[in-house]
Amino acid sequence: MANRREFIKISAMGAGTLALGAGISRYSMGSTFLDDLMAMGTTGKEKLHRYPTYCEVCFWKCAAWVYTDAEGKIMKVIGNEEDPHCNGRLCPRGTGGIGMYYDEDRLKKPLIRVEDNGKQTFREASWDEALDLVARKFKEIAAKYGPESIALFNHGSPGHHFAHLLKAFGSSNVVAPSYAQCRGPREVGFETTFGASVGAPEPTDIRDTRCLVLIGSHIGENMHNGQVQEMSDAIDRGATIITVDPRFSTAASKSKYWLPIKPATDLALLLSWIHVIINEELYDKDYIGKYAKDFDKLKAHVASMTPEWAYGITTLDPDLIRRTAREMAAAAPAAIIHPGRHVTWYGDDSQRSRAIAILNALLGSWGRRGGFYFKEAISVPEYPGPEYPKPAWSWKETLNGKYPLAGLSVSNTLIDASIPGPENQHRIHAWIVAGTNLPLTMPDKTTTLNAMEALDFMVVVDTMPMEITGYADVILPECTYFERYDDIRNEAHREPYIALRMPATEPLYDSKPSWWIAKQLAEKLGLGAFFPWKDYTEVLDWQLKGLGSSLEEMKKLGVKKFPRKKGDLYMVDGIEPVFETPSGKIELYSEHLASLGFDPIPVYTPHPEPPEGFYRLIYGRAPMHTFSRTANNPNLVDLMKENSVWVNPKVAGIWNLKKDQYVWLKNQDGVVSTFPIKVRITERIRWDSVYMVHGFGHHNKELKRAYGRGANDSELITRVATDPLMGGTGMRGNFITFITEDPGKEATS
Amino acid sequence: MKEELFVSGRAIPNIDPYLNIWHWSIPVYLFLGGLAAGLLFFAGLYSILGKEKEMPTTVKWATFLAPAALVIGLLCLFIDLKHKLYFWQLYTTIRLQSPMSWGAWVLMLITPLSFLWAGSYVRELKPSWKWTFPLLNKVEVWVAAHRKGLAWAMVILSVILGIYTGILLSAFNARPLWNTSLLGPLFLVSGLSSGVATILWMSKNHAERVLLSKIDLILIGIELFLIIHLFMGFLASNAVQVEAAQLFLGGEFTVFFWVFVVILGLVFPAILEILELRGIKIPVVIPALMVLIGGLIFRFIMVEAGQITRYLY
Amino acid sequence: MRYGMAIDTRKCVGCSDCVVACQTENNVPIGYCRDWVVEVMAGTYPELEIEIRSERCNHCENSPCVRCCPTGASHLEQGGIVTVTHSECIGCGACIQSCPYDARYSHPDGYVDKCTFCLHRIQQGQGPACVAVCPTKCMYFGDLDDPNSEVSIALENRKFKVLAPEAGTRPQIYYLI
Repeated sequence: MANRREFIKISAMGAGTLALGAGISRYSMGSTFLDDLMAMGTTGKEKLHRYPTYCEVCFWKCAAWVYTDAEGKIMKVIGNEEDPHCNGRLCPRGTGGIGMYYDEDRLKKPLIRVEDNGKQTFREASWDEALDLVARKFKEIAAKYGPESIALFNHGSPGHHFAHLLKAFGSSNVVAPSYAQCRGPREVGFETTFGASVGAPEPTDIRDTRCLVLIGSHIGENMHNGQVQEMSDAIDRGATIITVDPRFSTAASKSKYWLPIKPATDLALLLSWIHVIINEELYDKDYIGKYAKDFDKLKAHVASMTPEWAYGITTLDPDLIRRTAREMAAAAPAAIIHPGRHVTWYGDDSQRSRAIAILNALLGSWGRRGGFYFKEAISVPEYPGPEYPKPAWSWKETLNGKYPLAGLSVSNTLIDASIPGPENQHRIHAWIVAGTNLPLTMPDKTTTLNAMEALDFMVVVDTMPMEITGYADVILPECTYFERYDDIRNEAHREPYIALRMPATEPLYDSKPSWWIAKQLAEKLGLGAFFPWKDYTEVLDWQLKGLGSSLEEMKKLGVKKFPRKKGDLYMVDGIEPVFETPSGKIELYSEHLASLGFDPIPVYTPHPEPPEGFYRLIYGRAPMHTFSRTANNPNLVDLMKENSVWVNPKVAGIWNLKKDQYVWLKNQDGVVSTFPIKVRITERIRWDSVYMVHGFGHHNKELKRAYGRGANDSELITRVATDPLMGGTGMRGNFITFITEDPGKEATS
Repeated sequence: MKEELFVSGRAIPNIDPYLNIWHWSIPVYLFLGGLAAGLLFFAGLYSILGKEKEMPTTVKWATFLAPAALVIGLLCLFIDLKHKLYFWQLYTTIRLQSPMSWGAWVLMLITPLSFLWAGSYVRELKPSWKWTFPLLNKVEVWVAAHRKGLAWAMVILSVILGIYTGILLSAFNARPLWNTSLLGPLFLVSGLSSGVATILWMSKNHAERVLLSKIDLILIGIELFLIIHLFMGFLASNAVQVEAAQLFLGGEFTVFFWVFVVILGLVFPAILEILELRGIKIPVVIPALMVLIGGLIFRFIMVEAGQITRYLY
Repeated sequence: MRYGMAIDTRKCVGCSDCVVACQTENNVPIGYCRDWVVEVMAGTYPELEIEIRSERCNHCENSPCVRCCPTGASHLEQGGIVTVTHSECIGCGACIQSCPYDARYSHPDGYVDKCTFCLHRIQQGQGPACVAVCPTKCMYFGDLDDPNSEVSIALENRKFKVLAPEAGTRPQIYYLI
């Protein structure tokens, strides 16, 4: 009797005939597969050359090897095994980074804005001409308004060279949007608590943790390489992951507990966790007793913040709040309340980050294995040169007395300072923009546009014709990281490491490395003394020799490790840790904040909620893209060519939306998205919110693959909740509704 | 709610969102192959039965279409290949487990055979016929002498030709719509029926036409029987096959299949042929053409629908 | 010797590094892929579950694609790796029809292409590019007949499944669940 139905109905002839069929009349023996590969040129046996570099696609800067074939053609990029940032495994952006090199839409020649028959356009120019123009304008503006009136907006490696140039010129107005638009609040939160900022890469000891708590952090979709790798290790070792997110993120799907929190209420949850841990005496008494002060004030502050109280705000079950608090306490000190990365959400983000820091302190995780380690970097000696002139004023003056805790420059205030006005005593007249696409990065696009309109001059350095280039007076094409030398990477990690970037090939087209552009500009500005070398290899070799290595050695190694000098990775019994706070201890209550008129211990305040028919706009990352930077990369576009708006099925039902339908989004201020976005109907998003990945909706036609694909979330972020402590721009207080008919909006600026 | 999606943006041409790599040339070849099989089978059969005189169209004249059908069919197959320069690799090996290999070799044998058979009757059609090459005269004589053996070869090869097209599809167990052993016999019968319809259309001999009509009716009956069993089989089978059957029972192919293939391609011509047998005069082109078109559409539908059905996603 | 893979769905985050690494390693043209990532989500908010899988040719033990190839271009190499010899492939598409996993595709140059377990790397003593690049290290490759290979050890300690077992092809990629 036949048992299971065998699904191979006809050809079930058994293995014998397979051999028979294979043997008949087959005149060629052996593997013809390899013959094919020979014809294609990839047997794996031919010699590939490799050059060390570190990736520039995101800030993680994984060290890697670029492989080129016999003709010098770049084949692939593989991670450097010795590098702790990546452990030999690059993320998809890094692996697909070669697309950045091969992208035929790259900037090829310097461009100068001219007016042609009443219409403004760009014309190609030689480097000399373009740089002459930049130098001339800078001198003019410096003569009229002072060199301080020139600001540099930057992200990534090119910025270092232009910062050096700008400081030599007499301005210290160097800013990176990654502070006020991204991680700034958490630095303040941790600084006011532990006296140390979190920095990048974050010193989270995930691989040894027993409990990882993610507040909105979506590791796995956000591709912080080392953290994703360590989270995987933690999963293997049975660590508990607790994710707090209104969206069922990838991390949430791997969590033991997912807390589907109502958006904008995380601070209430954190405070009630603190309440549970204090009241059930689950905190690290020894640690708090030794290292922290004002515990009683904290205890009194959270006395009424019970899980039941939090339930009313967050909609999270009180029992769940208690269980998760107990879970993290049981794992302590090997517990991490992750500080997150992009934390500029609702305007009280420094305080929320401070609550996270306080909770970590109660668990005793700071400076302990499985919690936060003490990272260390090696200092790279500065190439000798003249001292920078002292600027008359800096970005601090542009704060106009606000944001007292801003440790780094605040991009939005510098943009505001570029707009003339009676209160603007320190006006910025010119911008250098290097490696950041401000129109898609900054919220409140109108202000950014007004600022650019008011500028006397703007020069943009970029590899791609990003939207920012459309506003420039001069565009300077930088070559990609595959084609240039750059500073030695010396990010702090568990141990001090350095990594070398060297070119694997000559720059394509007429693009140039930033060090060369900066030096040329310096010569034209009469600042040659600050760049007293001919080639950047001189600088690198000098610096490396100062560290006990050499350029030649680093070309072979790629990365090099150095021994720790500044103490242990974790707290050691008998050695008192140093907290650089005013009191020298972990400040559970901050007098400093109180003296500035801010809450000394975080207080929950409710935030605006979406009006009827509107849904909160939540945005995030995809692991195959880095913001708007990679939206034109052919390899990465192949993985994900557009974003989609995640809509809960209940909401889709109300609006009669269908899967893969394209809709326009309109926000609470009436701004409509330039391009439509595909609808994804999914249970993974709460019914009061929608979610989309940031970085799409490009409107520069020169980006042939990215133009018009998906929608741009930042143009819908018009309502900004500014953090009063450091100026961070909270962006998650914007709400959208759906427009199903084409609003006929032109893709202009 | 259940969601299943490609996270990595997979959109391979002709594979996603559903398989569509075989287009018009395959169904056309399947049809022409089946037609040729039908023509040659009956030619061989009635030649063996010694009915040359009673069934002249069957044995002689209709077979002139067979080489044409086979050559055009082969051309269609060649057009479909994506690595055309290497087509000759087909003939460097016989792979018994691959129905496509059988097909390649059967075609290699039956095509020259059909040329020989048809060629041997050219002189009967046109007595003043002169071969260009004198060798062909010798061949003509040889064929006439070995008529019976060749007829047997034709019968066997045409059955293989007719049935292998169905077995070819049913061997692809990854396509639930095709993964049924009924497909081989179904294609064979459909091919025989197409052949008979063509001969019927061409024949001027009344007795021959009556016999052919009767044969066609039997074949149509068998075909309808097999189709019903095909669907009964699908519906009694596993989830993917039930789903495959749904394409024809409410899905996008429902109207096309039941109206054009079953009603207009089988039932209606059968009725017309019955009426003709009963004495009502009906121009033979109508049922013949309907059977042929029905057969062609049947293969188009099977190839397209089969590629749509799948196990995953 | 039988090569196979075990993929841990618990760790996979769906980053698709395996897809782009394979493309750069094997010169796969843009628009085509030899491996891909699938996400399956089930449930109602907030009771939800996701499974993320990196899929590719399963190098089946009972491979229908090898069986149905009329020229023998589709054949088995060492360790049961299924490959296609380009110069023997006529591009008929039979193997594409026969694969229940839609793992094969028609390369723009005419022949049929698919995952080869990076045979050229195996012959150099390295593993497949996708396994080597995966940041979560969720993929294990090796000899299923060797009890000490990392893939055998992975299968020993965890529950696993294969895709579409009812297709009868005996795939050699196991998903740890």
